Amino acid sequence: MAQNHCVPGESTADRASMTKAGHGGGRLVLVLEDEPNISEAIRFILHRDGWTVISHAEGQDALEMIVRERPALLILDVMLPGRSGLDILEALRADPALADLPVIVLTAKGQAADRERAMRSGASLYMAKPFSNAELLAAARQLVGV
Amino acid sequence: MLKSQLAGNRIRALRKARKLAQAELARLAGVSPSYLNLIEHNRRRASPALLDAIAETLNIPAETLAQGAEDALVEVLRASAAVTSAEIVPELDRLEELIGRFPGWAGHLASLAQRVETQERAIERLSDRMAHDPNLSAALHEIVSAVTAVQSTAAILVETGELDRDWREKFHGNIHADSQRLARAAEALVAYLDASGEEAGLAAPQEELESWLARHGNHFAAIEEPDPPDLAALTEGQAELASHAAREMARTWLVQAHTDARALPLAPLLAALRAMLASGAGFRPDALAEVLDVPMDRLFRRLATLPEARDLPRFGLVECDGSGTLTQRHPIEGFALPRFGGACPLWPLYQALAAPLRPLSALIEFPGRPAPRFLAFARAEPIRPAGFQAPVVLRASMLLVPATPAVLGGVPPALPQLEVGSSCRVCPRLACIARREPSIVAG
Repeated sequence: MAQNHCVPGESTADRASMTKAGHGGGRLVLVLEDEPNISEAIRFILHRDGWTVISHAEGQDALEMIVRERPALLILDVMLPGRSGLDILEALRADPALADLPVIVLTAKGQAADRERAMRSGASLYMAKPFSNAELLAAARQLVGV
Repeated sequence: MLKSQLAGNRIRALRKARKLAQAELARLAGVSPSYLNLIEHNRRRASPALLDAIAETLNIPAETLAQGAEDALVEVLRASAAVTSAEIVPELDRLEELIGRFPGWAGHLASLAQRVETQERAIERLSDRMAHDPNLSAALHEIVSAVTAVQSTAAILVETGELDRDWREKFHGNIHADSQRLARAAEALVAYLDASGEEAGLAAPQEELESWLARHGNHFAAIEEPDPPDLAALTEGQAELASHAAREMARTWLVQAHTDARALPLAPLLAALRAMLASGAGFRPDALAEVLDVPMDRLFRRLATLPEARDLPRFGLVECDGSGTLTQRHPIEGFALPRFGGACPLWPLYQALAAPLRPLSALIEFPGRPAPRFLAFARAEPIRPAGFQAPVVLRASMLLVPATPAVLGGVPPALPQLEVGSSCRVCPRLACIARREPSIVAG
């Protein structure tokens, strides 16, 4: 079940009404992040750039959600309740239909070993928290080729 | 071998330092120059009488040559040389000369090497703790999460020129909430580090406990009293027991020692032990346990914590759990316990783990000259009656007593004789079947 944060001045259901202007071009991005304020900030940044954003805070049913929503980009936190982000990533890479999905892995652990583990699990890009909004945006654009 | 080599090199170094010709020293010491040459090149071992004569000629205390005063120094410097950087090639063949000619500098170098090793171990331990401490990890995760939210939200507020009022209020609210969360997390982290600061010392709790026990000679008069010992008075304000964990272990140790003392009071134990040794039958812990009607592990613990007495041997004790980790260590002279890493797998202690409940004894010999020899008695048993479903948790203990004539008894015991060591890294027995890593003191 997608967690739709209370976004001021915007209906949570009106994805279609979101602007197609900006680099996102209305592409769907799924944000899997259990920290509500981080998730909200990411949602705002990407929305402003023309992306259609859905967010979710649970790891357990994340894979089903990815299969159902077919996002153009996944932003994935490592430490999710229910199922770890890296676990989800490995399962996702094992599915031929999802193996090519661009995935930005976010983690509060910035050590080299964590980065290596994320890249081994199939991350397209790895970002340590705290990240800059501009870097996140640039990474999202780069991964979908805009 | 190590010691005779040292003696030879030491004699040569000291002779040269005094600008004394080999022939001259030989004449003064009453041996032929060719024989002295062999000794100086470690091809013959000098007799104690000759060492005394040489020492007298060189005007140095006899112990300088007779005792392996610098053996420990050699080992430390050798170990240090083994791990120096690749470009540096220490002249190992001239190590004894270095020690002989510049004892102060050699001591200083060894002291530095030991400090480096201690600090490396401390760093290793602290890094390990940083990486695996769940409290620290959780606290840092909380802080990083709050900082991330604050940074991203603040950047949105600063970088977005015209922000809808509702959004602005929402983000202000988020920043406020996250800053409060950050403050709480930082406070919790400081409190945690503060509380654990006392435990950030260099020693592990077990090492603290051992230093404390060693200072008290492994014996406390208070445990022999009928009333339980005053745990706080005995463990608080003790320099060695710096950490909370070590004080807790010390209290557990005292409680166990008092329970043991109640079950096996000092007077009958000392009387039975003295009678056994006086009878000429040697030391037989099984017979002693039977006479005193106590379990073997209790007898072992009591013997290892006896007050020092001139007419009684000293006892050492080591205990390990099923993983082989040493959990109790009461060393005695000549029985070197490893400071770090695993011990010698040939110890009867570990052999006992392979055959629980079966008492094992052996005559063991450590490397050295003269080689320290001990009678070792080991036994492993489950720490509590095993359930059908529960895993069996074993504890093995090994009692050691120097193999003196009184301990061995009139007739040499028909015991397996084992050449053991402390741990592979510092053991010179190159061809040992149980070797698991190269030695730094041999070859």
